[in-house]
Amino acid sequence: MNAARALVKCLEKEGVTSIFGYPGAAICPFYDELVLSNSSIEHILVRHEANAGHAASGMARISGKPEVCVATSGPGATNLITAIATAYMDSIPIIALTGQVHSEQIGKDVFQEADMTGAVEPFVKHSYLLKSPKEAAELPRIIREAFHIAATGRPGPVLIDIPIDVQLEEISFSVDDYQPSSKAPPEIRGYKPSFSGNKLQIKRVIDAIAESKKPLICAGGGVFARNAQTLMQQFAERADIPVVNTMMGISSFPSDHRLSCGMLGMHGKQLPNRALNECDLLILLGARVNDRAISPSNSERGFKVIHVDIDPAEIGKNLPAAIPVVGDIYAVLEQILELLPKDLGKHDEWCNYLLGNKTGANVVIKSSFDDSDDNNSSEEKNVVSPKEFYGSLNKLLPKDAIVTADVGQNQIWTANNIQLGEGGRFLTSGGMGTMGYSVPCAVGAKRGNPEREVVAICGDGSFQMQFMELATMIQHGINIKIIIMANNRLGMVRELQKLKYQNNLTAVFLDGSPDFIKLADAYGINGEHISNNKDVDKALTTLLASKKPYILVVDVDAEERSIL
Amino acid sequence: MSQANHNSNNNNKEKHTISALVENNAGVLSRISGLFARRGFNIHSLAVGVTEVPDVSRITIVAEGDDYVLEQIAKQLNKLVDVIKVRTLPKHGSELLSRELMLVKVSCTPSERQELIAIAKINDAKISDVSATAMTLELSANQQRLSAFEELIRPYGIKEIARTGVIALQKGATSLNS
Repeated sequence: MNAARALVKCLEKEGVTSIFGYPGAAICPFYDELVLSNSSIEHILVRHEANAGHAASGMARISGKPEVCVATSGPGATNLITAIATAYMDSIPIIALTGQVHSEQIGKDVFQEADMTGAVEPFVKHSYLLKSPKEAAELPRIIREAFHIAATGRPGPVLIDIPIDVQLEEISFSVDDYQPSSKAPPEIRGYKPSFSGNKLQIKRVIDAIAESKKPLICAGGGVFARNAQTLMQQFAERADIPVVNTMMGISSFPSDHRLSCGMLGMHGKQLPNRALNECDLLILLGARVNDRAISPSNSERGFKVIHVDIDPAEIGKNLPAAIPVVGDIYAVLEQILELLPKDLGKHDEWCNYLLGNKTGANVVIKSSFDDSDDNNSSEEKNVVSPKEFYGSLNKLLPKDAIVTADVGQNQIWTANNIQLGEGGRFLTSGGMGTMGYSVPCAVGAKRGNPEREVVAICGDGSFQMQFMELATMIQHGINIKIIIMANNRLGMVRELQKLKYQNNLTAVFLDGSPDFIKLADAYGINGEHISNNKDVDKALTTLLASKKPYILVVDVDAEERSIL
Repeated sequence: MSQANHNSNNNNKEKHTISALVENNAGVLSRISGLFARRGFNIHSLAVGVTEVPDVSRITIVAEGDDYVLEQIAKQLNKLVDVIKVRTLPKHGSELLSRELMLVKVSCTPSERQELIAIAKINDAKISDVSATAMTLELSANQQRLSAFEELIRPYGIKEIARTGVIALQKGATSLNS
């Protein structure tokens, strides 16, 4: 068989069920074999290559294994770069397959040639270029390595660039002999991620927790990377430690839990930031101390830091760690739970101080909007107040829903106010802050778990970076719901210009935007446009009841703040 | 910014020699040089060559930075899949064997020839090429000796210099493979 067919078969063996892509001349042999080999893999035709990457990312975050995006050489491949960089920043395992020009023409600047391994070098965990047909037989090994590298250690994107003649090369390959990477991890000399934590450091962790009066757990995206949510909750409960989370860590701990403090950082609420400022022991679990989450000045406050991360380079990079624990967060939490003394005292004083009299499920989370000194004047202005809106959404949305947020005010509102329970997931572009992520991510997430309600929340700015994917949703029957928070502004930039640039509002007005309901209608999608608080409940009920894609446009005040 | 967190006592920027065994792949050098560029690490010299294992190369990097930077360099290098092993070599000459090869072409009239030959001899430099008006000398030594030698022959008129960059091994029986 040719290498292209071997590639298809290897992907099947790796458990790939859906791939997201966009064809072109240099990747045609692969597309040919998808059909000729009667592949079980469903190909989802996105309407822009970046969205293929974002969709693979959304699917991988839900399926918990690497997912695949495909593009052709040149512009198709370069369009993938933003998605690859987005996945890299958030440590999401995706495999990017790109066609490349004929191997003999590489370096001659022929039509649709781009040096992809060179271009993505800063944004991939690893990359491969099969330089000549002689290397075609290496493809199965490379696929196994790519899945292994993407999924293990600190997850991340891997790119495989395959010239058209290499795809067409006949190789001897037996499908039955191919062992998927998860069952038969390849031996790679330079790649040996650590698994369990150093025993001595674990002992020091236990001692530090026992000594601490005001400990705090900070949960990051790494918790999801190893599906360690339940273990983390057991740890927090047994050691009686309040939990804050980074943006990437949202939904790793139930919002209504008595120990839940919410998202910390520059865009976070008061409670989690107060917790950070006043704790005496900070336990970072799979969080890399991004500047928006923990400012360097925090390190001068004198709390002790335990940093658990699988990537040794993150430990001590942005915050000095007294106790570094390099390891798989799942394994490390198991080690900690095993050694944690049974008679460990409670931290009643600290917990009561932070979390007041919150008890059990009756807790009412203080909305960030409560901090606002504005009186709610939304009714007069014919707009919906975000506070009302998220209140209704939290009431009506299933607790195990998947919610994606874009970038801008919609992201901060959602991050601070969405309340999800066990199994619920919040997905957003945390590190890169990539506009246009929410819809394709939701498309992928829905494929990752078709049973779940998937809702994408974006702004009227970011929606216009991704609405071409409405066609993808219709074509492939992907029933996600989209909520557009509309204020005819690039709201986050407007806010920044107001606060830091003397209100010199420049290039933030979205005049010329279409009527989104008419646009949805053009795609055969139903929707509703609301501009009054009293319509929120009914509109959300209709949206959630819909068995098909649905769009809800919510008018919000242009003066609304994200940091409330 | 990140360095601001770190103990200011460590702020003395020193030269460090880092030795790495890497896969002998196309692209490995660009991965490493790209890493140094985008993380803002300063490289003084970088030398690559094959090793006793056919598909493994050794890269010797001399870089400048404080302890924080040095730690980050080693950790970030280790993250590259093509990098098999990284070690920061000891700083002191008593533990470190460090060499660089220099070729220096110097102006030389027939009357100056004997003088230059004598200087070369004292310094263990080889005379690699002689022409009517120039002489090319070859010296393998540590960086201090190369610099001293360069100063010594500068008065004759240096036409051009080529240096390989430092290669180094730790003294004693230990090796990076072990």
